[in-house]
Amino acid sequence: MSNKEVFSVKIGGQAGQGVKSAGLMLAKVANRSGYHIFTYTEYPSLIRGGHNVMQINISPRPVLAPFKTTDLLVALNKETVDLHLEELQDGGGIIFEGGDNSSLPQASKNLNLYPIPLSKLATDTGEKELLINSVALGAILAILGGQLSTLQQLIGEEFASKGNPITLANNQAAQAGYDYAVKNFAQKRENILKPLEESGPASLSRSGQKMIVNGNEAISLGAIAGGLQFASIYPMTPITNILHFLALHQDKYGYIYKQPEDEIAAINMAIGASFAGARAMTATSGGGFCLMSEGYGLAAITETPLVIIEGMRGGPATGLPTWSGQGDLQFVLHAHQGDFPRLVLAPGDAQEAFILTRQAFNLADKYQTPVVILVDKNICESDQSFPVFDTAFEVNRGKMTRETIPGYQRFADNGDGVSLRATPGSGNFFIANSYEHDSLGLTTERINDRQTQMAKRMTKLESCQREDLPSPQLFGPEEADITIVSWGSNKGVILEAVKHFDKVNFLHLTWLSPFLTPEIRKRLEQARYLIDIECNYSGQLANLIKEKTGVDILDRMLKVDGRPFFVEEIVEKITSVLEVTANKASQSHLPNGQVENIIN
Amino acid sequence: MDKLEDLQTPTWCPGCGNFGLWGAFKNAALKKGWDNTNSVLVAGIGCHGNILNFIRLTSFEGLHGRALPLATGIKIANHRLNVFVFTGDGDCLGEGGNHFIHTCRRNHNLTVLLHNNAIYGLTTGQTTPTSPHSFKSKSTPQGNPDWPISPLGLAIASGATFVARGYSGNLPKLTELIIQANEHQGLSVVEILQPCTTWNKEYTHPFFQENTYFLGENHDTSSKEAAFDKSLQWGVKQIPLGIFYQVEAPTFESQLLQIAEKPLIESSPKGRDLSELLKKYT
Repeated sequence: MSNKEVFSVKIGGQAGQGVKSAGLMLAKVANRSGYHIFTYTEYPSLIRGGHNVMQINISPRPVLAPFKTTDLLVALNKETVDLHLEELQDGGGIIFEGGDNSSLPQASKNLNLYPIPLSKLATDTGEKELLINSVALGAILAILGGQLSTLQQLIGEEFASKGNPITLANNQAAQAGYDYAVKNFAQKRENILKPLEESGPASLSRSGQKMIVNGNEAISLGAIAGGLQFASIYPMTPITNILHFLALHQDKYGYIYKQPEDEIAAINMAIGASFAGARAMTATSGGGFCLMSEGYGLAAITETPLVIIEGMRGGPATGLPTWSGQGDLQFVLHAHQGDFPRLVLAPGDAQEAFILTRQAFNLADKYQTPVVILVDKNICESDQSFPVFDTAFEVNRGKMTRETIPGYQRFADNGDGVSLRATPGSGNFFIANSYEHDSLGLTTERINDRQTQMAKRMTKLESCQREDLPSPQLFGPEEADITIVSWGSNKGVILEAVKHFDKVNFLHLTWLSPFLTPEIRKRLEQARYLIDIECNYSGQLANLIKEKTGVDILDRMLKVDGRPFFVEEIVEKITSVLEVTANKASQSHLPNGQVENIIN
Repeated sequence: MDKLEDLQTPTWCPGCGNFGLWGAFKNAALKKGWDNTNSVLVAGIGCHGNILNFIRLTSFEGLHGRALPLATGIKIANHRLNVFVFTGDGDCLGEGGNHFIHTCRRNHNLTVLLHNNAIYGLTTGQTTPTSPHSFKSKSTPQGNPDWPISPLGLAIASGATFVARGYSGNLPKLTELIIQANEHQGLSVVEILQPCTTWNKEYTHPFFQENTYFLGENHDTSSKEAAFDKSLQWGVKQIPLGIFYQVEAPTFESQLLQIAEKPLIESSPKGRDLSELLKKYT
């Protein structure tokens, strides 16, 4: 596949060499030069010594997903050359440790070689090899036609708090790499990062200004904008950076982050804070959510608002801790014993994560029940360009009081499932009770109380479906030969892929519970050919769709290796389906309109 | 408020130690003016937890073992509330042992009343972490092969700053102890010895009456060593009651700038300006 619109840089090195910080710096230079970016990071569950790579995709138009191929490989160590040389296409380039006339005998393609004495240039600045990544950044800018001044400005902002010597050393290292590349590779320079005319230095007041943000940052920003007052989060990949972010900014915004002893304490502390009147959240990955399952139902039966972020990685158990997965969908939809309204929202990228996290706080208060935001590692840790978030938001606490109400009944049945919520200290007597309870909260086993309270809680799901559930997003033409159905981080890669086809559309589902059954069923029944795309073994969304709508999507493109889908893979899949259906379309149709599945 | 129990008749067995504890707590509440404008109760699951249904004070009956993190969240969100935690020996030391250690360590300003009858009563009589060695129960018909934990020793080691023991058969003394615990600034643990008349035939009222004694004035409550020593004492006429340990230390809540002036719930979560924060992402 030709990929000229998107230029893909991959920086690799061992953990501790600053691969991620260099990659993010390059992404910001691209952003400030007017380009869009998408980054994808791979790393093992180690702090030092493991192999880290970051792919930075750069384009004048929005770029939404990672690619398999690389246009410029930046090897901070030899292992990167060995592992990733094959990803380079004919005409690609490679920056590697070397001097004049160094060659790469193992390269089988026609490549532009950029041997640079990275260690020596770093050591010459007096800061030993720590600055290799800055030397490489300078060289990348020289080769791609970027502006060194933009990088140096960013270095100044980044290390402002660490003092001038560090800024100076990094700037010198970047300068050394830049100068070396300009001098030695003058004839091989490109215009990939040449500043676009309409762009300039960053300023929030400029219209069309972009930001680079990943899912963890977007969720944290969404929580703060959404009125977060208390968060208790136990560290766990891939959501750990949410707690780092929230811990850092708590003084400024007046909320409290508390590190608990485990995920059980995390969710119970958050429930306690919410019961007392604070907007509360917790976050974890699948393993932590196993521990939280107990508290999940407690929040529901006590009608305590709560936002829970679940960031998926490959399971079960410790599984693939630093890789992505979408295998927790059915677990989250069914976690905890018994029936209660389960609200589960699954954003497809960082921007959706920002908007839905913020909305989740209002939903939790409106329905006085827990709301789960289900994301995956690829959303949590991939940086992407978006228009600067609009943070104007109306915090709505729902039916809540701190006044003393004569004859107050906390769990009175008003028809819509939601009663007036008083906080402790308001002078009202009530019990938030994990036992089934009556309208005051007193423990009961009476048939009438049980039926009333169970029905009251379940009514919330119907109210939410009626009042809040949006139509599913359909991208692409109404009329299509193929309809792709998916969720979560696959959104970006599918949108990148379907650009190459005229008659392929994509149904992106974000509200998984409640589920908009009639509308989704109609869409699916109209489709000529359905493909389900998911990062799990059994096709958990397809199974949910079958349960809710009766439509069985037979062609399921599934992946469990922890890696995201790449654009090339989806394009290949669509192409092969189109070829086969073109031959077979006239022959047989299944009763529900789905073309007989020949692919699997 | 002059009446705290006009809800329903307690469902505990006749003679249950919880009646004494219930009475002592109500006496303390009436004496000190703990009511629905200033206090909240939290309990775990077990016979102890039913107390919430018999006291007209706002409360949260949580999950088995999880009363402490729940109470912690409440206290952080509104530190002006008087937060009492009722928990049992199985609840606090079995299912919730990890939370007990860490709650003590953080010195939250909570009053923890640990009902200890050395038996799982609600599930009809199994050995708990405080049941003695060789104790026969439905889960240990051949005699308990495990040794009991010392709740107060654990509390002292974990960092609780007020550690005491009461006996549910002595209402005046227990009332006084609950008040002292609540007046202490920091994590207070009061272990309350109580008989289970149905399932534990060893720890009876006569047993406690014969074998307990009150720590005298010669006991130095500021000495961790002396407190440890007393916390490990258990035997014929050798079960101490009273305050074992009390020291002053900053509470968790007193160290947070965000709530230095007012409770968290009184700071509005609305209309936050994120523009400075967003600049970092451009």
